[in-house]
Amino acid sequence: MSLTVDIEKTLGAFELKASFETSGGILGLLGASGCGKSMTLKCIAGIEKPDRGRIILDGRTLFDSEKNINLPPQKRRVGYLFQNYALFPNMTVEQNILCGLYWEKDRAQKQKELKEILHFLQLKGLEKHKPWQLSGGQAQRVALARILVNRPTLLMLDEPFSALDSYLRDTLQFEMLELLSKFDKDVLLVTHSRDEAYHMCSRIAVMDSGELFDVKNTKELFANPVTRRAALLTGCKNFSAARKISEHELEAIDWGIRLITDLPLRDGLTAVGIRAHYLNPKTPQNRIAVHFTRQLEEPFEWTLQFRCAGQKAESADLWWRITKDRRPNPLPQELGIAPVNVLPLYD
Amino acid sequence: MDWYPLWNSLRIAAISSVLVFFTGIFFAYYAARLPRAVKGALDVVLTLPMVLPPTVCGYFLLLVFGVKRPLGAFLAQYGIKFVMTWYGGVLAAAVVAFPLMYRTARGAFESFDQTLAYSGQTLGLSNSYIFWRIRMPACRQGILAGAVLAFARALGEYGATSMLIGYTPGKTATISTTVYQLWRTNDEGGAFYWVMINLAISAVVLIAVNMLEERQKKAVKK
Repeated sequence: MSLTVDIEKTLGAFELKASFETSGGILGLLGASGCGKSMTLKCIAGIEKPDRGRIILDGRTLFDSEKNINLPPQKRRVGYLFQNYALFPNMTVEQNILCGLYWEKDRAQKQKELKEILHFLQLKGLEKHKPWQLSGGQAQRVALARILVNRPTLLMLDEPFSALDSYLRDTLQFEMLELLSKFDKDVLLVTHSRDEAYHMCSRIAVMDSGELFDVKNTKELFANPVTRRAALLTGCKNFSAARKISEHELEAIDWGIRLITDLPLRDGLTAVGIRAHYLNPKTPQNRIAVHFTRQLEEPFEWTLQFRCAGQKAESADLWWRITKDRRPNPLPQELGIAPVNVLPLYD
Repeated sequence: MDWYPLWNSLRIAAISSVLVFFTGIFFAYYAARLPRAVKGALDVVLTLPMVLPPTVCGYFLLLVFGVKRPLGAFLAQYGIKFVMTWYGGVLAAAVVAFPLMYRTARGAFESFDQTLAYSGQTLGLSNSYIFWRIRMPACRQGILAGAVLAFARALGEYGATSMLIGYTPGKTATISTTVYQLWRTNDEGGAFYWVMINLAISAVVLIAVNMLEERQKKAVKK
């Protein structure tokens, strides 16, 4: 089971360049809105046509510009869960799901499959409802049911939780994870939320202004994003220009400090990133003298802004996030950073 | 009492609105998918009959279908004459009513959520199934409203009709040409009679349009 994508498409000033492979499990496409994530899905589904490249799914060529192959979406067997779920408004829940079962000619078999999926996705009793009568979570399950009975070889989810309120979003992520674990095909999940990507995906492809620039295991991407834009997408808040001093020491130029790193440094180091959660007054290494400027109270956390003693005037304040019960009182004069949490960035 | 004008008007309006219904939908569907520049040009041509005085439309129809013009002469060889015949009235009414159908249907198609069609395609549904079972039902209200408007316009057509088929009692007379003819010949009572019939038909049509719009609003709310 694998999907190979290597495509390019130009739309006015926007250039899409995406190249990646899946190898089972859930691959996340993480990027800001408008970076080309949905366009990539549309190219795979056959709704949009790339200018160049190829798309191969389980050995079947879906698109190849050199061989002049471009299968219509109907022949691609790709399940696409749209952001708004795209339920047909003139049909009932049952009729919507039967649209995905149109290929099954045997009446009894058709009814059996319908019953099974209704049971599986807890949609019993909603058969005769119209889409406008459904809640967000129900609509999502109907759309999924319609796709699953269609037996796709690849499942693509486009921001599946963005249309839901935050409470429902959290519960549905559990349900979706459980459901996807029973679906033994590849899954592509598009999201702009690093939390969603972290929860749901075993691997993540990061995209920025049309370019898919890195694919990595989720944990590895968050531990060592390598580039500034990947660090930004995975939620890193503090950046400084940086210069390599030795294999394990760098100078953070904007902050006027030196930091020891766990990762060996390469030449071409341009910046350093520190996640707001990873500052700690009790960490003995990489001590920085700080003074606090502003603070923001959140339900369960404090976001504290501070400046280093020798920080350049034009550079932005740093962020420190700490859960409420761990906030020291009074605020410390110094913070430390474990060398493993110093993110060297290149590009 | 000669009921011919009523029968003739209804016949002309019915046939021309059926013609306009299908051609209007056809052009609206394809125009909605054309590139912007082409669409703009096509739009001007297809909407022109709505803004031109109907007599000017009649003039152009005579230019094309007049028996001494190439196309008119050619058709006349096969016994098809659009000048001074009742089915010439169908042609005149269709040309004038077409933009109403085309515009309303196009508006409906353009507000259609394209992801519905995409999701149908990825499920493997054929394009014709998507068109007839998903797109058309979703745009139903707009298309019906367009059809009613086109029918009303065709029923009330005067300018192009009188240019192309004139007024011959029992042959090409329609309600609107009859009203004018009776008034001109000082038959005020006869004219009033036909005016009342026309008012009744128009009222029915307008009530139908309003009911459709109400249902459309409800459908949107849902």
